[in-house]
Amino acid sequence: MLESVIGIGQTALELGLISSLTVLALFLSYTMLNVCDLSTDGCFTLGAAVGATVAISGHPYLSILAAMGAGMLSGLITAFLQTKCGIDSLLAGIIVNTGLYSVNIAVMGKSSLLNMNKTRTVFSEMKLLLKDTFLEKQYKLIVAVIAVAAVVIFLSVFLRTKLGLAIRATGNNPDMVRSSSINPVFTTIVGLCISNAFTGLSGCLLAQSQRSVNIDIGTGMVTIALASLLIGRVFIGKGRIGLRAVGAVIGAFVFRLVYTIALRLDMPAFMLKLVSSVIVIIAIAGPYLKKQFPIIKRRFMHRHAKEVD
Amino acid sequence: MLSVQNVTKIFGVGTPDEKKALDNVSLEVNDGDFISIIGANGAGKSTLFNAIAGDFYTDDGKIVLGGQDITFMPSHKRAKFIGRLFQDPMRGSAPGMSIEENLALAAGHGGWLSTVSKADKKLFREKLSLLDMGLEDRMQQPVGLLSGGQRQALTLMMATLNAPKILLLDEHTAALDPGTAEKVLSLTEDIIRENRITCLMITHNMQSALDLGTRTIMMDRGKIIFDTSGEERKSLTVPDLLKKFRELSGTELDNDRMLLTDK
Repeated sequence: MLESVIGIGQTALELGLISSLTVLALFLSYTMLNVCDLSTDGCFTLGAAVGATVAISGHPYLSILAAMGAGMLSGLITAFLQTKCGIDSLLAGIIVNTGLYSVNIAVMGKSSLLNMNKTRTVFSEMKLLLKDTFLEKQYKLIVAVIAVAAVVIFLSVFLRTKLGLAIRATGNNPDMVRSSSINPVFTTIVGLCISNAFTGLSGCLLAQSQRSVNIDIGTGMVTIALASLLIGRVFIGKGRIGLRAVGAVIGAFVFRLVYTIALRLDMPAFMLKLVSSVIVIIAIAGPYLKKQFPIIKRRFMHRHAKEVD
Repeated sequence: MLSVQNVTKIFGVGTPDEKKALDNVSLEVNDGDFISIIGANGAGKSTLFNAIAGDFYTDDGKIVLGGQDITFMPSHKRAKFIGRLFQDPMRGSAPGMSIEENLALAAGHGGWLSTVSKADKKLFREKLSLLDMGLEDRMQQPVGLLSGGQRQALTLMMATLNAPKILLLDEHTAALDPGTAEKVLSLTEDIIRENRITCLMITHNMQSALDLGTRTIMMDRGKIIFDTSGEERKSLTVPDLLKKFRELSGTELDNDRMLLTDK
């Protein structure tokens, strides 16, 4: 019993941490830059596909850089479309997302499934490294922890630099960015490149940890990551940037934990996406409806009073 | 210093709402001028500012600032030389970021990857204490927690942290309560005087248009119809200004906010 509880916790932790990299990407693009980046799904798959292809060709470490580079390029295109071509930011994301489907299949060698059973990946390398130590079984967790810690530390330092401040201000008040002699086009491009690099990394690590990629690996990621981000806000929504980034990671873990437990309680696996959608709806619509409630109530009372007259 | 030459801007070309917001406007601003600008609603006062600051490119004409042709320079580049305050105190600062972070962005010191230095923190504290609003002890608080008056004072500080060549004030005290407005206005005067900043100020208050500054301009239907300075201006009164407007434009000067403040 205890073992299975620990097992559930560990799986949720591993998957939560790996997907938290996408949550951190949205923390940068959605929370900081105020852009809802709908290319996230495709970019996640792109990272997985590029990472797998490079790993299969025998370069486990290079695969990480390649996946992040591919993500960055995808972010650059999304940012270019919305800042230089007059395409609405949501539409730019959707367009890139659609285009990436073809790109991803091409990257995977015209196949929609890649297998990495015998491939050297960062996980297999870590497993080798930890052989015969007490951490041997935790190799997946350790890779995920290192990646997440690196990204959280990067974000908490980066978002306090002048460039980081400018990116945050772009999402907060673009007029003020312009009056500080900084071009918001530039900050949007840099922000989306960095956030998509994290999304690519996230996809790459998920694919390597489960030793396979299929073309649907990223489907629904943007909603799942948004749900995690909004759950994270419940835990740590204010305070220093680094702390809020940690909140995003906690959100990803809690989301996975709840999901894993629900699976154990016989919720079918295909429900994941519906659950994430409902969480996002509740998290965003909830506060809005709460604000509207007094007026709805008054209107109801008003109508009711008329009927009495 | 600033030279606006035959600038024209037409909004909504080819639509029934077509409007010539600036009609062949020319204006020479000399170094050290403090010009107050008055005019009816829709006279083109704000449009003139937006043209100078580069919110849009003009349809015709040329704008030269400090010897440099800025007609087609994008607004964020012009912002290096142009400080700007709006009527809405929320427009000049980022509410989700701390006072210190806002000031750091406005100061723009250091490279892209530098963080706020100790020297800058000290400088910000000193500057904020001049406002006498206790903001120097709230450096880490988000700007969104400040009142409108505090935010406008902060924006003024941010706009003048690196002394601009020219400061554009677009009714920057109109949304504040009278006491705060007076305070922000006197801060503005102090900063302009100390840093010798050339300034253009739109105001709806005819009296302060005459009291403040060195020169007064009257605009109507996209044109500058009256420009006064020196001895002539000193002898002018508010009724004189209203009479002048009637003579020059053929209509009464009606500005909804002016009616509220000047009887």
